[in-house]
Amino acid sequence: MAGKQKHTRLKNQLKMGEVKVLGSWSSPYGLRVQWALGLKSVEYEYIDEDLLNKSEMLLKYNPVHKKIPVLVHNGKAISESAVILEYIEETWPQQHPLLPKDPYERAMVRFWINFLDNKDKVAPFITFFIGVGEEHKKAVKEAKELLKLYEEQVLGEKKYFGGEEIGMLDLAMGWMAYFGVIEEIVDVKILDAETFPRLHAWIQNFRAHPVIKNNLPDHDRLLQNYTEKRQRFRANSPHTENA
Amino acid sequence: MAGKLVLLDFWPSPFGMRSRIALAEKGIPYEYKEEDLRNKSDLLLQMNPVHKKIPVLIHNGKPVCESVIQVQYIDEVWHDKAPLIPSDPYQRAVARFWVDFVDKKIYDLGSKIWKTKGEEQANAKKEFIECLKLLEGELGDKTYFGGESLGYVDVALVPFYSWFYAYEKCGDFSIEAECPKMIAWVKRCMQKESVAKSLPDQEKVYEFVLQLKKLFGIE
Repeated sequence: MAGKQKHTRLKNQLKMGEVKVLGSWSSPYGLRVQWALGLKSVEYEYIDEDLLNKSEMLLKYNPVHKKIPVLVHNGKAISESAVILEYIEETWPQQHPLLPKDPYERAMVRFWINFLDNKDKVAPFITFFIGVGEEHKKAVKEAKELLKLYEEQVLGEKKYFGGEEIGMLDLAMGWMAYFGVIEEIVDVKILDAETFPRLHAWIQNFRAHPVIKNNLPDHDRLLQNYTEKRQRFRANSPHTENA
Repeated sequence: MAGKLVLLDFWPSPFGMRSRIALAEKGIPYEYKEEDLRNKSDLLLQMNPVHKKIPVLIHNGKPVCESVIQVQYIDEVWHDKAPLIPSDPYQRAVARFWVDFVDKKIYDLGSKIWKTKGEEQANAKKEFIECLKLLEGELGDKTYFGGESLGYVDVALVPFYSWFYAYEKCGDFSIEAECPKMIAWVKRCMQKESVAKSLPDQEKVYEFVLQLKKLFGIE
C-alpha cells in the first residue's frame, strides 16, 4: 500500500511540475490565482512583487502588460488573472473543479467575471475609497447598485457563486472578502449585513474556508498600507477639497 | 445539439462579426436579426438587460452575451466542427491572452482615431500601430494565429479590418505601410468564405463613420 501511495505522490508531483506565482500581497487578482492553486492542492513558489519597483523576472515574464499576477508553469508564463484561472482549471481538472460542466453555465460564469472585472464596474469602488464630495456620493450610489445586482441576480439563494462549492466566480468576487478594511478607512459602510444579507453570509463562508483563511492579507497591514495609499492619492489628486 | 439559434446584431459591429465568423466556420445555421441601436427591440432589452448591447446569441431561448464568450460557447457546443480554440492548455492560455489584448486595445484606440484630432489622435495612431506590431510578432511565420486554420485570435481580430479604411481616412495614414504582415494575414483570412461573408464592405463602414461624426458633431 505504501509503495502505491508513494508512486501516486510522485506521479502527482511530476504532473505538477514547477509552479511559480508572481503576485502582490494585497492584490485580489493575484490572490485569485493563489486560491485556485490552493483549492486544487497544487504546490507553488510565491514571489511577492514590489509594484513600485518591478523585478526583471516580472518584466521578462509579462513584457506586454508588466503586471501581476503571472503564473509560470515549467518555465512557461501566463498573464491576466482570468486567463490564468482557466489554465489552472484545464491543467488540474480533477481536484476541486472551478467551472460547471454545462457550456451554458460556463458561459454565465465567464460573463459575470468579465462584467465585474470591467474598469467601469471597478471604478465606483475605487472612487468610494479615494473620492470626495459629489463624486464620492455618486460612487456610493453606483457601488450599492452593483452590490444589489451581485446579491440578487448573481448569488441569489446559493451558498457560493459556484453553488455548493467555491467556484471561479467566488474567487473573482474575493475582493469583497476584505472590503471591510476599505470601509473602515473611509468610515462609511456600504456592504452591510442588513442591506446585503446574502453577500454578508457569503463573505463569512468564503473567509472561513481553510484555503481562503490561510491566504488573506493581514488586516493591520492592509489598514496601514491602504491608509497611506489613500493619503498619497488624495495629496496628488486635483479633486481634493482639503490638502 | 442543434436547436434554435438567433443572433441579434448590427451590421458594422466588429463584435457581432466575430460570432458570424465562428458560426460560418462551423457551418451552423442561424437566424440573423438586425438591431436598430437607436430603437432597441424588446427582445434585445429582454435578452441583455445588463448591458443592452449587441451581439446577443440566443440558443434555445437562452441568451449568451459578450462576443468572446459567445465564440467560446459556440466552440464548446459544436466542438467537433472546425475547432477554433487549441486543445493544449498552454496554447489556449496564449490564445486567450491575445484575444484579451485585442479587446483591451484595438476597439478603443481605433475609436480614438476617428473621434479625435491633433495630439490625442496622433497618440492613438502611434499606440494602435504599436499594438498591431505586437500582434504581428505573435503571428510570426504562421498562416493564421491559429496555425494552419483559423483560430480564436484570428476570429477576434479580423473583424476590425472592416474598419481599417475608416481609420486610415480619418487618421490620414496607411496601416499596410506600417504593418504589411498584418495586411498579408488579413488577405489570407479574407480568402475564407466564413470571413468574407461576415465582414461588411470597408467603404460602407467609412460612410457609416462619417454619419456618426456628423451625429456627434465631430469635425
